Amino acid sequence: MLKVLLARVQQGQRTAPFPAEPPTLPDRFRGLPVLDPSRCAEGCRACAEACPTGAISANGELRLDLGRCLFCNDCVVACPEGAISFSTEYRLAARARTDLLVGGPGDYPRAAALDDNLRRLFGRSLKLRVVSAGGCNGCEADVNVLGTPVFDLGRFGIQFVASPRHADGLLITGPVTENMRLALKKTYDAVPPPKIVIAVGACAISGGPYIDHAEVHNGADAAVPVDLYVPGCPPHPFTILDGLLRLLGRL
Amino acid sequence: MTLFNGVAVPREAIPSVPLDELRALLAKDRRVAAFFGVPAGESIDLILVVADDAAGTLEAARARVSGESFPSLTPDFPQLHLFEREIAEQWGVRPDGHPWFKPVRFHAPWRGRDAWGRPPGQHPQCGVMDFYRVEGDEVHEVAVGPVHAGVIEPGHFRFQCHGEDVFHLEISLGYQHRGVERALLGGPDKRSIHYAETLAGDTSIGHATAYCQTLEALAEGRAPARAQALRAIALELERLANHVGDLGALAGDVGYLPTAAYCGRLRGDFLNLTALLCGSRFGRGLVRPGGAAFDLEPERALQAMERLEMAYRDVENAVELLWATPSVGARFEETGRVSAEVARKLGMVGPAARASGLERDVRKTHPSGIYRSVHIPLSTSGSGDVYARAYVRWLEIQRSVAFLRQQLRELPAGPARAACGAPRPDLFCVSLVEGWRGEICHVAMTDAQGRFAAYKVVDPSFHNWAGLAMALREQQISDFPLCNKSFNLSYCGHDL
Repeated sequence: MLKVLLARVQQGQRTAPFPAEPPTLPDRFRGLPVLDPSRCAEGCRACAEACPTGAISANGELRLDLGRCLFCNDCVVACPEGAISFSTEYRLAARARTDLLVGGPGDYPRAAALDDNLRRLFGRSLKLRVVSAGGCNGCEADVNVLGTPVFDLGRFGIQFVASPRHADGLLITGPVTENMRLALKKTYDAVPPPKIVIAVGACAISGGPYIDHAEVHNGADAAVPVDLYVPGCPPHPFTILDGLLRLLGRL
Repeated sequence: MTLFNGVAVPREAIPSVPLDELRALLAKDRRVAAFFGVPAGESIDLILVVADDAAGTLEAARARVSGESFPSLTPDFPQLHLFEREIAEQWGVRPDGHPWFKPVRFHAPWRGRDAWGRPPGQHPQCGVMDFYRVEGDEVHEVAVGPVHAGVIEPGHFRFQCHGEDVFHLEISLGYQHRGVERALLGGPDKRSIHYAETLAGDTSIGHATAYCQTLEALAEGRAPARAQALRAIALELERLANHVGDLGALAGDVGYLPTAAYCGRLRGDFLNLTALLCGSRFGRGLVRPGGAAFDLEPERALQAMERLEMAYRDVENAVELLWATPSVGARFEETGRVSAEVARKLGMVGPAARASGLERDVRKTHPSGIYRSVHIPLSTSGSGDVYARAYVRWLEIQRSVAFLRQQLRELPAGPARAACGAPRPDLFCVSLVEGWRGEICHVAMTDAQGRFAAYKVVDPSFHNWAGLAMALREQQISDFPLCNKSFNLSYCGHDL
């Protein structure tokens, strides 16, 4: 018993002071991409051609779809003019799919809160059922981590529950494989209304690296209506947490 | 044909033999690394790659199947059971006499013929197959999944029970099937490396290293020594994060919350160390053909070392509690036992095989990169139960930390990346990497234009899922979460 108490002292208090203070992120963290179209050479499409998921359009106007972006740096390496760079801005969640299309500097989404009625219902207690619908288990891993003492999701009244019957909504990861489409639909139907859906990661938003594969449906909104999109491959846990708190109007 | 890990040979050098002679390859304790089909006109060439751990070599041969079926090798070599089912599902050729002939991933065949005679033009329904059934008084069936209670990937589990006792567990997967292996054909292209990094997201470094090793061998490029060291650092950090996380999750599954909470946090500390290297907690973007895309400057290495020491001090403390708590021991010991004999027959790999006493570790038996010169001792246990699988992880944590201490201090000088061209035509290469779950095997074959005519991925989970099913026999159904966690296998790595 003494050993257990001594260990408790050694392990210390580990919960991050979020959201009172911004999180500490590594200097090489790739958050919001910053585009500077003024540097683009006439007719250059190097970034668009390098992008593995077709997230960038460079036909006259430079735009990047955060919903498709793998934050992989291939465009930065390909650009001869330094017109694209990644900032450490981790707040990326959006309410509408179109909000994820970013152009020039300073242009990025900030998810708005749910309407007053849903906030009254879910604002202080949100129970989510997670459905992994394909993908690589990266998003699941960084969703799971929200339960550790560092993020301590429970202090915000948010909890992952074991049954859709106990849930206020779904958190979906993965591109929605054909093999998971029916299970996802059934799980969604089993959640009592009113309900919300959160799509986490490039796969769940657009199909991610598997866009247009015959076996996938290019994201959650092919199967169910989505209320919050959290970009990333996978999104940083703070990106997910920030999105959840914004949705509940707590930031 | 004798091969070595990460060395390309002309594809014509792989001998063509009668099917029956493939058996000879598996003699003398050799184990399957990969067994897959490649179309050859109207026929299918079955390519078998086996590992000879004692000799540190690989053997490969091909056998042509012209009709609709071939005699199954599984009755004599159970380790091939899933490979033959996969071949049948992809190419529509049936292994006659296969004792457990069911689909693997539930996708339409890659060429017209369906091995199960299911209606053409329709996508098979996942999980629709004949499940093994026990019948009798008070025998009942428990079905779980594909959607589970936790934050976990989808899969379907069916238990044949008598009261609380499990007679048999059948595992039916395929829900994560997203068609990656098929999409790799015709490459390499701009998505290939991203496919490699997401074959199993928690093994991004392992699979990306296997992919890059393959590509470098095919293109006759070489990653410089510093890059090899950086990859190994990232690979061991990946192992640390997952092993520490697993020990915490095992503690959680027996209701021992101190270690569960501490290790949950500490797993993140190791992921953050990987992010210090390359910005991504999963090592995305670090391993690239020709080397590593990010370097580790002296100040960064110093910082990594300090953070490693701090995290390891707390891991030691948290894991020590596990071994000192009798109630944990009581749940870990003699739960989910897999004997060495069963592990060998199933061709198991990684910590699960080592926990059953098998000396299987690619870093030791088929080393590549920095592991050729820096040796990590092989960690084994003998009891094959949950305790052994936990204890092997703890041994490996200590040895990975020792390796990292040395590498971070003595990083080879020179560039972190060299140019890597396009693959040469008509080559064949097998690449093995010891990921944290076990042997990752990638096999590539290029066509006359240097494109991938075949790209086979074998995640360690593909070998080990049957081991979990065997571990559950004669156990309590309530032991399933604990046994499952002690293997912690990948669904997406299996489903591809």
